[in-house]
Amino acid sequence: MSGAPRRSAARLSWNLRGKGPDDVAVVADGEPVTPAWAFEGGAGRGVRVCVVDSGVEHDHPLVGRVDGSWGVVTTESGPEVRESADGDACGHGTACAGIVRRVAPECELYSVRVLGERFTGTGDMLMAGLRWAVRQGFDVVNLSLSTTRARFAAELHALADEAYFRRTVIVASAHNMPVESYPWRFASVISVGSHQEDDQDLYLYNPAPPVEFFAPGQNVTAAWLGGTTIRTTGNSFATPFVAGLCARVLSKHPRLTTFQLKNALYLSAANVHIGTGGAP
Amino acid sequence: MTEPHPDAASDPLSRELLQSVVEVARAIFGAQASSVFLYDEAAHELIFQAVSGRGEDRLVGRRFPAGQGIAGWVVSSGEPMVVDDLAHNTVFDREFAESTEFVPDAIMAAPLLHGDRVLGVLEVLEPVPQSRSSLGELDLLALFAEQAATALRVVLERRVDAPRAARERAEALDLVGSLQRLLESGTPTS
Repeated sequence: MSGAPRRSAARLSWNLRGKGPDDVAVVADGEPVTPAWAFEGGAGRGVRVCVVDSGVEHDHPLVGRVDGSWGVVTTESGPEVRESADGDACGHGTACAGIVRRVAPECELYSVRVLGERFTGTGDMLMAGLRWAVRQGFDVVNLSLSTTRARFAAELHALADEAYFRRTVIVASAHNMPVESYPWRFASVISVGSHQEDDQDLYLYNPAPPVEFFAPGQNVTAAWLGGTTIRTTGNSFATPFVAGLCARVLSKHPRLTTFQLKNALYLSAANVHIGTGGAP
Repeated sequence: MTEPHPDAASDPLSRELLQSVVEVARAIFGAQASSVFLYDEAAHELIFQAVSGRGEDRLVGRRFPAGQGIAGWVVSSGEPMVVDDLAHNTVFDREFAESTEFVPDAIMAAPLLHGDRVLGVLEVLEPVPQSRSSLGELDLLALFAEQAATALRVVLERRVDAPRAARERAEALDLVGSLQRLLESGTPTS
């Protein structure tokens, strides 16, 4: 074998603290995919985005229409998903939905509530809600959550693969603390952390995963309960930016597979520059 | 000296440890107040264990439901959270905030984790403006929460050990009493 060595196993990075786009510049092989091709002009029309979180407040001015809401409830036979009009338990899901709406204003928005009330931990409820969302065939699932419970890792991994093959893209938030959690670490999902740039439209590819993309997650104005807004910070709010971007890509290119979609995001990220590949 | 609340740490060293955690948290972020909560999983409630700043004199031991608001989110998600611009937010945790006679404009909260369990929550109210809404501050909060979690673990372990220590003390006293009786009964009358 000759030629330049493939990338060495770079140190895994969990975040982009102290680094800007120039510090993570990537020269890539591939088709000359640009934002203009990938998502510009797409507004998410016809794409079904499901926010699996604490619920979504209906009629919030920054969220707009919610096309369906469900919640995971505990029954004698275990957790079940039922239609729900309970809204949002804490505001987090509403914040995520508002960001999806800002990025992809014409997408369809759905909510599955897996947190709140007496739900403790993020294991059983998260599994039940996410499995249900995948099997409904939503195009995009926003999951600004993860579980630290290792016993769910294998099951979540299988579910993430199932979603990947069903063309349901799971956009999953990296944990904000340096702990092991899932499913964002799996290659079959699109994982998201926050960059520190003051640009609400900038997203970057991370050349040293497991976090694959960085999006605006610092000092974000987000929808909150009672039709209000707050300012907040964290990977939770970078994730729906990428979920919204996925909706925009899919509204322009509805036949893309999950791996094509991730490739389109990769090649059109601001720090990725097409090198030798593509057409002669 | 008043008796500690039944839901508060009972021994002086534990109280001192937790108090130092909230004092330092408050100083790091230039905050109006800081609290450590213990999560009571069976009751699904959070219990004030230590408070620095407003409410310091009356909140320790008070319970509130763990299913709502920022602290509720932190318990159920295991993630830290920073929120700002709450002053004009009419719904934000108002009931709880008013019960503590303090409605903050900004809150930072982080889980106190042990393995995959949430033991409690560290909350910082009204940090100075430059400590809000940046990723660096969120990282600092998360880092400090690791230390706070270790402190809470120590307190919980001491609490578990407290009945055993009391039992051992009682047994030792019994033994001393038995020895004393034995010595007295065996004392030569001469």
